[in-house]
Amino acid sequence: MLWETVKLAMLSIRRNVLRSVLTLLGIVIGVAAVIAMVTIGSGTSQKVQDDLSKLGSNMLIVRPGQNTFGPPTVSEARSFKERDVAILRSQLSGVRAMAPSASKTTTVVFGALNDQATVTGSDTGFFTVQDWTFAAGRPFGEAEVRAGAAVCVIGETIRSTLFGGIDPIGQRLRTGGFDCQVVGLLEAKGQSAFGTDQDNTVIMPLRTFQRRLAGSTRIANIYISVANREDVPRVQADTERILRELRRVAPGAEDNFTVRDMTQIASTLAATSTVMTALLGAVAAVSLLVGGIGIMNIMLVSVTERTREIGIRLAIGALGRQVLTQFLVEAIVLALFGGVIGIAVGLGLAGMAAFGMAIPFAADPRIVALAFVFSGLIGVIFGFFPARRAARLDPIEALRHE
Amino acid sequence: MSEAGPLVSLAGVERLYGEGGGAVRALAGVDLDIASGSFVAIMGPSGSGKSTAMNIIGCLDRPTRGTYRFAGVDVTGLDRDQRARLRRSYLGFVFQGYNLLARTTALENVELPLIYRGLPRGQRRQRAAEAIRLVGLEGREHHTPAQLSGGQQQRVAIARAIVTEPLLLLADEPTGNLDTARSHEIMDLLTGLNRERGLTVVMVTHEPDMAAYASRSIRFVDGHVAGDETRRAT
Repeated sequence: MLWETVKLAMLSIRRNVLRSVLTLLGIVIGVAAVIAMVTIGSGTSQKVQDDLSKLGSNMLIVRPGQNTFGPPTVSEARSFKERDVAILRSQLSGVRAMAPSASKTTTVVFGALNDQATVTGSDTGFFTVQDWTFAAGRPFGEAEVRAGAAVCVIGETIRSTLFGGIDPIGQRLRTGGFDCQVVGLLEAKGQSAFGTDQDNTVIMPLRTFQRRLAGSTRIANIYISVANREDVPRVQADTERILRELRRVAPGAEDNFTVRDMTQIASTLAATSTVMTALLGAVAAVSLLVGGIGIMNIMLVSVTERTREIGIRLAIGALGRQVLTQFLVEAIVLALFGGVIGIAVGLGLAGMAAFGMAIPFAADPRIVALAFVFSGLIGVIFGFFPARRAARLDPIEALRHE
Repeated sequence: MSEAGPLVSLAGVERLYGEGGGAVRALAGVDLDIASGSFVAIMGPSGSGKSTAMNIIGCLDRPTRGTYRFAGVDVTGLDRDQRARLRRSYLGFVFQGYNLLARTTALENVELPLIYRGLPRGQRRQRAAEAIRLVGLEGREHHTPAQLSGGQQQRVAIARAIVTEPLLLLADEPTGNLDTARSHEIMDLLTGLNRERGLTVVMVTHEPDMAAYASRSIRFVDGHVAGDETRRAT
């Protein structure tokens, strides 16, 4: 009996294609918006999370001066010396690795090709603090750091733009005014959370950098990787205290350096993007609600428009609840159908956005299932009122309706 | 179901629309018996109560006062769903405007009352096809109302009314939208169903030509039965 009523409803939907399409359009748009927003949003969050993990875990960055956001460059403010690093190393506890560094953007040349790259001088701890892994070759060793050997490690971007198909290990790369031997190739990291290409990099021993490229012994940044997350605030405070002494900052005066917790910054970014996702999702949910009201509106119009048909059905012996079921099923089927189309459209949009914005395509099956169930629910809720109205029509009045 | 008594029996039936002093009396105490197997024409000017009487006989409406016995059973106090069940089992309806479902084939239209009765598909198809054959529309089962002429649509409507094998067929101005030739065809069909299958037919009409087909003619004026003549025995 119910199945027959369901078939009647399906028949009625098929016989009135235009009306049906208009009815489900609202749901399609609503569901598509929710799916697209949530999928793009969680893709963005995931991207930020990925960047966060590539940044190196529990990392503090110490820089001279107060204006310290952005990619590392040699600052105007008084930079650090080797001695500062040595004292931090001996006095801080709970540190996994520490790496002083200085960077410079310069032209790197191999054969006939050249490129602008960030050249960084650091020590062996650099690869640990920044969580670099090697695709080929090796990091430079302690002896090479001490000696200021002309060796370097290159990023994936340098390999692809300058070396092409050639194995870079053992090749000589011209950086600034001198040649260094490539000993290692880093695994690609992609863009940083700040949008710079982290793989367009050449890393060499700090002393080599200072002597051959920078011509000074300045250290622009000190990276500190803390062993345990909960120690980060303490290490940060200790670093600030030690540096204030070393740099003779008068009590009460502002620091002439900054110690930044990168994990915290990245977490803040991730949290921001989660909030944005929730916000956009909420806006999209409102449009889904509007879609539901659209269904109710068209179903109500449909009941009025089909009054005569309902009258016929009632006159030839349809029970009120059979008419109710038919209209309810029509609404649910339309809503579910709209939901399925909306899911497809939403995922399509999110896929295009993921491709265009270079973020991961984070389709969540739970959200898809939820959208499906929710559209069915919209069918029930917004279909019930018009259906009940249809079922309660007086057959005589309905038959007289023109 | 008692075989001996009348199929339709109205006793002191009144139907009031509205309440209090402004109430309109569409039926003002109607006593009427219709024997099983008869062909009755109901005539009368508009507002005479003939449509109201028809609705009450068809269990679409309930009397305000009085009793209505159908096949010996008091159906006055039945609720909505009980009346719907009664309609789909014992009553068939034919309307002036045919009232077929648009964009739905003749066969599907005729099947509809059987769907509501919960008959299995095979049985439905068979009975619907037979009803269509009976009204002379063999070969047009899969035409939609838009592809059929007015006379053919009315035949489909008659097939839909008789597919449930009702005890009583109610026809409300069945020829009102048809030309003379088509009207006579429909009347021949109804007469045939009445004579050959013993189907009781109650028809509202304002055309004396059509009323002439009936064996008994009842005239309504101001909510009363004003005339009742039996022309010939059935």
